[in-house]
Amino acid sequence: MAVVFEPTKGLTDKPFHYCPGCCHGIIHRLVAETLVDNDALETAVGVASVGCTYNSYEYIACDMVQAAHGRAPAVATGIKRNLKDSFVFTYQGDGDLASIGTAEIVHAAARSENITVIFVNNAVYGMTSGQMAPTTLVGQVTTTSPWGRDPSYQGYPINVSEFLSNLAGAAYVERVCVTDYKNIQNAKRAIQKAFNVQKNKLGFSLVEVLSTCPTNWGKEPLAAMDWLKENMEKQYPLGCYKGADITFDADGKYVSGAIPATSNNCVNVGEVKK
Amino acid sequence: MAKGKLTFNENLCKGCGLCVAACPKKILELDKTRLNSKGYHPATCVNPDECIGCAFCATQCPDVVITVERF
Repeated sequence: MAVVFEPTKGLTDKPFHYCPGCCHGIIHRLVAETLVDNDALETAVGVASVGCTYNSYEYIACDMVQAAHGRAPAVATGIKRNLKDSFVFTYQGDGDLASIGTAEIVHAAARSENITVIFVNNAVYGMTSGQMAPTTLVGQVTTTSPWGRDPSYQGYPINVSEFLSNLAGAAYVERVCVTDYKNIQNAKRAIQKAFNVQKNKLGFSLVEVLSTCPTNWGKEPLAAMDWLKENMEKQYPLGCYKGADITFDADGKYVSGAIPATSNNCVNVGEVKK
Repeated sequence: MAKGKLTFNENLCKGCGLCVAACPKKILELDKTRLNSKGYHPATCVNPDECIGCAFCATQCPDVVITVERF
């Protein structure tokens, strides 16, 4: 008899505080499994953000730091520049990353900081009881858009993966979801690829994971999964937006693919002053 | 066909039902006759002999309730 699935050592024994059916539990597990698979649990440093994930440091069994609201990429930058051999990741929601933390994420990507961002997008502010977020869909009802999001008044949703993939510093940007077994395996592959990108010092990597928020969407967990597939995937198409051609060998060593220019291979423009 | 065995850490279960929908053999149910320590109806396997050990349920579970063995 072989054990084919057991709770990973990368998670602590503390039960998740998330609502029934919330995808955070699945995404926490995928991150923790990736750390265990790469034997990085002892050296990895995570940065928890503000939002429902505020105490993810209680659940993932690696070293973790709590950052101020939206500032996780800036904190991760400091950690990574000092602990160059550690795997440094941030775990952020959409209210954190796409709203108050827009400046930090854009400039972390533009600087091509060698960090990994796990971005959980559920189209709503979860912890503060379901206000409209920058990622809320057009027409979506939230507590602060009770008649549905009206673009003429409240603007349009931000597609974070698309706009970050336009920055030269971003090495790898992919959007995945965790609605079923196949997509969960795909999400795990994407997180592993982001891990490899950082290990090979290729630059900034981001995995956007579409997630449900059954409580604030006012839906049963299963109905929320269906709603995600029907509505969110139209606004936020799944797929790899940058770095699709980057490949690694079985040991996770970089083989080929377009990567951001580094100090080793960039060409100086203009005269260098001495 | 491989046989599977499921072990539920029942007190972690929040009764969300995602495992029930994920099971290809449709042998999982929320036990409406019992409550766990959190006050939810826990997921149980109603026909253990049918289990094929695919681990779809455990992969989908957000609360890492299920351990799967295959033999």
